[in-house]
Amino acid sequence: MYPTKYHKPDSVDAAITALSGAEDGKFLAGGQTLLATMKQHLAAPSDLVDVRGISDLSGIRMDGDTLVIGAATTHAEVAASADVNSACPGLARLAAGIGDPAVRHMGTIGGSIANNDPAACYPAGLLALNATIVTNSREIAADDFFLGLFTTALEEDEIITSVRVPACAKAAYAKFRQPASLFALVGVCVAQTADGARVAITGAGEDGVFRHEGLEAALSSDWSASAIDGVEVSADGLMSDIHGSAAYRANLIKVMAKRAVAAA
Amino acid sequence: MTKISMNVNGKAVSRDVPDETLLSDYLREHLRLTGTHVGCDTSQCGACVVHVNGRAVKSCSALAASLEGAEVTTIEGIAQNGELHPMQQAFTDHHGLQCGFCTPGMIMTGVDMVNRYKAEGRDLTTDAIRHELEGNICRCTGYHNIVRAVEDAAAKM
Repeated sequence: MYPTKYHKPDSVDAAITALSGAEDGKFLAGGQTLLATMKQHLAAPSDLVDVRGISDLSGIRMDGDTLVIGAATTHAEVAASADVNSACPGLARLAAGIGDPAVRHMGTIGGSIANNDPAACYPAGLLALNATIVTNSREIAADDFFLGLFTTALEEDEIITSVRVPACAKAAYAKFRQPASLFALVGVCVAQTADGARVAITGAGEDGVFRHEGLEAALSSDWSASAIDGVEVSADGLMSDIHGSAAYRANLIKVMAKRAVAAA
Repeated sequence: MTKISMNVNGKAVSRDVPDETLLSDYLREHLRLTGTHVGCDTSQCGACVVHVNGRAVKSCSALAASLEGAEVTTIEGIAQNGELHPMQQAFTDHHGLQCGFCTPGMIMTGVDMVNRYKAEGRDLTTDAIRHELEGNICRCTGYHNIVRAVEDAAAKM
C-alpha cells in the first residue's frame, strides 16, 4: 500500500474538518472494500478518516415503527440485532449473507452504501425497503441516493450518520452468489410496503441497483411467486461479463425474485 | 508513524509503525508472529484470520492504526500450558490439513464460529460449518476433513 495518514476523529464535525484538510482524503468505515482496493493500488488516498470513533454513528434503535441503524454498524451486528430481527427480519437475513463471517465482523452498512458497488447486497435491500439515508446535513430517500456504478448522491464532505428503515414484516432478499467474490451475480430484494410491492435488483444492472416496475406491478396485485411467471424481464441495460450474459442475468432476476417472495 | 499499542495473546505490545500498516504486517513483520499467514492479495483467502476483541477478522483487511488498545489473539495464542487447543487437536486427529498454509486461518475461523454458535444457543450443523467456512480457502486438502475437525472440536469446546 502507498503511504497514507490515518485519523480517528470522535465527532462528525472533526471528521469533516480532517477530510477537508486532506489533499485526497477518504472516509474509512469497515474497510473491507477500501483497504482491498488500496492494496491493489487502485486507490491511494493521502488520508484516511476513520468514522468508527464517532459514537453517534453506532448502534441500532427503534424510532416508533422505524429502525434506525447507525452508519458504522457492522453487518454482523445488524444480522444479530433483536430489533432488526423483529421489525425487519428480511434485512437481518440479508446482512447475515454478506461476504463471509470475518467480513461481516468489520464491514459496515454506511460503508457499503457509500461505496455503492453494483453487486453489493445492501443497496438492493435499502432500495426495496424504501429506506432513508441520513447524513450530517440532510435526509435522502434511497430512491434518490443510488445514482450509478459506485456513485451516490453524497457530496464530497458529507457523512452518512444513519439509515432509517420502515418496519417491514414481509420482505426478503435472494442472492445468487458469485462464488469467488461472494458478491451477488444477481440479488433481488422484494418488500411489501405501504405503497405496494417494491423490488430492487443488484448485480445485474449496468448502472447499478435498480427497481423493476413490471415485477412491482405483478407483486402488488398478487404477492406470489407464480405472479412473476408472466412478467417480462428485459436483458436491455443488464451487465454481461465472464460470469454471465445479460440474458442469463435477466432470467436469474425472475428466479431470484420468486425465491425471495417464497422466503418473505 | 504512529505508536500502536495492543494486547496480543495476553501480552501488552507497542510499536511505532507507518499508518498504512495492515494488522497482518504488524503481527508478522513487527511482532514476528509469523503463524498468521497471508495467502492472497485480494482479501479473499482467509489464511490471515485472527481474533480482534473476540471476533474473527481478516488481519490483511484491517489497519493496525485503527486497533489501538485492541485485544488480539493469533494462532500462537490459543494453546494453553503446552496443550493444543481442542480445535488444533481436532485438525491433527482428522487430518484437516495437507500443506498447512491455510490452517491458522481455518482454526481461528473454526474457534470463532463455535464460540458464536454456543453463545447464541444455535446448533452448529455440518451445513452451517460449510457456510461459515466460506471465507477460508484451502487449495489442497479439500474441505471434508476440515469440516469433520470443526465438528469434533465443537463437541469438545
